[in-house]
Parts: sequence; C-alpha cells; structure tokens
Amino acid sequence: MAVIGKKKERSTPAISTASLPDIIFILLFFFMVSTTIKEVDYKVIIRLPEATQIKKLENKSLVSYIYIGPPQKALQEKYGTKPVIQLNDQIAGLDDIPRFVEQERAQRPQADVPKMTFSLKVDKETDMGIVTDVKQELRKVQALKINYSARKPYKK
Amino acid sequence: MARRRKGIPEINAASMADIAFMLLIFFLVTTTMSVDRGITRKLPPPVPPNSEAPKVKERNVLSVLVNKDNQVAVNGDLTTLDALTERVKEFIVNPNDDPNLSEHEYIKDLLEKEKAKPKPDMNKIQLYEEILEKIGNVYKSKGVVSLQTDRSTKYEKYIQVQDAIVKAFNELRDDLSKQIYGKPFDKLKEDQQKLIREIYPISISEAEPRRVMTK
Repeated sequence: MAVIGKKKERSTPAISTASLPDIIFILLFFFMVSTTIKEVDYKVIIRLPEATQIKKLENKSLVSYIYIGPPQKALQEKYGTKPVIQLNDQIAGLDDIPRFVEQERAQRPQADVPKMTFSLKVDKETDMGIVTDVKQELRKVQALKINYSARKPYKK
Repeated sequence: MARRRKGIPEINAASMADIAFMLLIFFLVTTTMSVDRGITRKLPPPVPPNSEAPKVKERNVLSVLVNKDNQVAVNGDLTTLDALTERVKEFIVNPNDDPNLSEHEYIKDLLEKEKAKPKPDMNKIQLYEEILEKIGNVYKSKGVVSLQTDRSTKYEKYIQVQDAIVKAFNELRDDLSKQIYGKPFDKLKEDQQKLIREIYPISISEAEPRRVMTK
C-alpha cells in the first residue's frame, strides 16, 4: 500500500481550472467595453475612403448614419448596380431623408437635437452627384452637422 | 466536523467557464471593434430662394475645382494635392500682404468693430480681448476656400481634396499653437484651443455642384 501511495504522489497533479471562469470573464468584459454593437446590416457595399486629418466621432448616441454605395451582390438584381442610399435597414430614396431625420430627432431628448451629427458613410467609388443631393436634403431640414466617414491610410 | 458536513454542499463551478465562453462568443460575433472616424463639416444653412449670395471680394476667395476626370484646379491652374495644401496656407497667411491673396483683419480692429455695433456680441468681445491679452494683436484672414465639384467627380477624390484643405488649416493652427504654448494644437486645453480656432477658423464653402469646365 505504501508503495502505491508514493507512486501517485510523484505523478504531476491536475492543473486547477478554478480560475478559468475568471479569466474568461475578464476577456468578456474587455470585449464588452471595447466594442460596439453593429449598427445595422449593410445593404450596400461600403469601402471607406482614406484621409489623414480625421477625428474620432464622439458621443455615439448622437450620431445617425446614412449609407451610400452600390447594393450588395444579392440585391443587385432588384436595385441595379448604381449607388443607392440606405437609411436604417432599408434602401431608400432621396425623399425619405427628411422623414428619416425627423425620426432620428424624435428618438433623442429635445436638448440634444442641435448636437446631432449625421455621419455619411459613402463608398469611395460613388459619384459626387448623389452625395450632394443628400447634402442638399439635409440642409433643407436644418441637419447641418455632418461627418464624412473615412479611415486612416495604411502605412506603407 | 459532523455539523460541517450537514451544511449546503458547494455548487459545482465547472460549468461557469462554459457559460462565460458562450457570452464571450456572443459578444465577439455581434459587436464590431471599429471606431468611427471622419472629417466633420458644418453645412451652410439653407438659403431663402430670393436672397442674393453674400458678396465676398474676389481676392478673398480661393476657388478649388475638381472636374469629372478628378483633376484639381486652384484659381484656374491644375495642381497636386500637396501643392494644394501649400496654396491654401499661403492664401490664408499671406505674410507679405500680397493684393492677390486674402485680406487681413487685426483682432484689435475686430474688437473695435464689434463694440461699435448697436448690439455687440459679448462673447465675441470677451474672446477678442482674451486673444489680445494672451496672444497679441495678430491678424485673422478674411479668406474663404470655395470647393466645387462636378456631379461625376469621384467621392474618394473629394475626400482627398477636403483632407488636403483641412490639413492646411490644421498645420497653421499647430504652428501658432507651438509658437505660443510650445505644444501641438491637439494637446492644448479647450479654452486655449478656442482662441486659436478663432484666429484660424476652417472656412470652407461648399458650393452646390455644377458642370466644371474641362480643358
């Protein structure tokens, strides 16, 4: 008996997994804090242009997005390949913009409405025509703070 | 000893890791890491249909045109993006008071003008006095960069041009900030930034698009 007991003690003890949940929880919290929930499903293809003088958009709750770009492959049969506008989850027309702006404003407290920013996420191959039309619509409804979404250039 | 054994048995925590893993994977899938960045701009308010555009002297406008072939022209001659940044800086600073570049307006004069108004804006007066006290009687440019594009200009080019113009203003702000405070503009406190922003406002006018002539 004594011999068997000795043998068991010599073999490596099992690693305790008691701290595993803690480690996973730390990872979980890290991801919860550092990421944001996806805003919408993209119905259009967006390849952001590059720019160097860009600033972070602060106060995400006051930002609304307007997407402009060619429709995704699966939707091209229905909408063609020309760039279209996406508001929320749907592909929309120019005349839907005032209603969209009203909706977005209604969702926020009255005091925050002047601070709202409309972020234009536009595919880089888009022609300026449609972008300008959107800007004119925004001007008409007094949504003057806009932001052209761009990304940092890759360092070569 | 006997008493202890009767107590509530310990809950098995082995599945805790699995639960946490599931949550972790859920967050990994539904969230994105991307931070939104971009160039922030303020659109001009809508113009009433019968009003005329405010008159600006020709020397105070630097017109930047981008045509449908994505070529950039400043006051009529083709340029590259780097040259554009330099042109804008030169136009705004105008160190030798060249009559073809933008006009100067000294802060002291602006202060007098504001005070002489029937309804002076107290915020502005305070701001000007602060600039006089902390930075001195510097001048502000009356210049406006007017950016016009064709309807078929590529958006990418438009952003690059915007970027080049904003870069000019940012560099001017940085230069002044280093000269006065010894730090780049980004590192300044909010009230210091306000003064510099007043001296170099980003004045870009985005006119409505039209057909830009191509040569």
